Amino acid sequence: MELQILLLFMIFAAIVAVQIEDLLSSVIAVGALGLGLSLAFLILKAPDLAITQLVVEILCLIILIRATINKDLPVIRDGRWFFNTASTLLFIILFLIFAYFALQELPRFGQPIMRVAQNYINQGLEKTGATNIVAAIILDFRGYDTLGEATVLFTAVMGVLAVMRRVGRKKSSSMV
Amino acid sequence: MNNRTLEQKNPKGMTLIVKTITRLTVGLILLYGIYIVLHGHISPGGGFAGGVIIALCFIHLMLAFGREVALKKISQGVVSVLESFGAIMFLSIALLGFWGGYFFFNFFLHKGKPFELFSAGIIPLCNIAICLKVGAGLFAIFTVLVLFKGLGEKG
Repeated sequence: MELQILLLFMIFAAIVAVQIEDLLSSVIAVGALGLGLSLAFLILKAPDLAITQLVVEILCLIILIRATINKDLPVIRDGRWFFNTASTLLFIILFLIFAYFALQELPRFGQPIMRVAQNYINQGLEKTGATNIVAAIILDFRGYDTLGEATVLFTAVMGVLAVMRRVGRKKSSSMV
Repeated sequence: MNNRTLEQKNPKGMTLIVKTITRLTVGLILLYGIYIVLHGHISPGGGFAGGVIIALCFIHLMLAFGREVALKKISQGVVSVLESFGAIMFLSIALLGFWGGYFFFNFFLHKGKPFELFSAGIIPLCNIAICLKVGAGLFAIFTVLVLFKGLGEKG
């Protein structure tokens, strides 16, 4: 029940974030959405994910506020609101129809059918010695996945540092 | 009196209230991040969340006191070295597993008792490596974005 209320709150926050005029208010609405997601993870009994979501949300919020404050972006309004609304409704209806048929095949919520995951849960403590089963899975059984994820983050940081580097800029636009 | 001299020394950054609160809380935030990382295999948390908290500690310092104070504590070069060190440490832990036979082998054969800090073999080491990588990487991204914002205002 709490989960449904939270989901409604998150949908409301997302609509506010898209529709509101002021950029700073939009960023704050995105922050409310992230906090709702963190609480939803907590209700679904995933504290690791809740902590990660909370701190990443705070970091993103700080970066977004620093990026949007004192900045006036023009609001683009075109006159094709009828076509836009109609196409959006059409795609939503198509998605709901196909989702109705596709989601019937999925197992019920909270009743996984994966045999391997059950094996990990049963033998995690004795095979790795870690009492946090999430750490045991992501760093031991599925360490290769975590290595790939770390590589993705490393590549992203390298890309940002390379695009925004100091060396090679023109002298006229040099900073500080 | 002491606060006033500090205020005069660092005219950049936010107001005195923010600076005082930052001075009180920033150490606790850093300590909490280190706790989350070191207890990643016992309680919820882990390398990623702890690394982001440690990066947020330095970002907090940078927002309150200005860029120079934060970069004096930990400079851009040190951040780059730490991030690369974290990545190489994680990869070498994975490769050392070949000593026991396969990739990511838990090469500490004595895994310790559950619920102890020094247990679970390679998992705490992996957590520390991921923490270094994530924390240094996100702090580097934030520093670069702040620098870029200054550039946009000037040019």
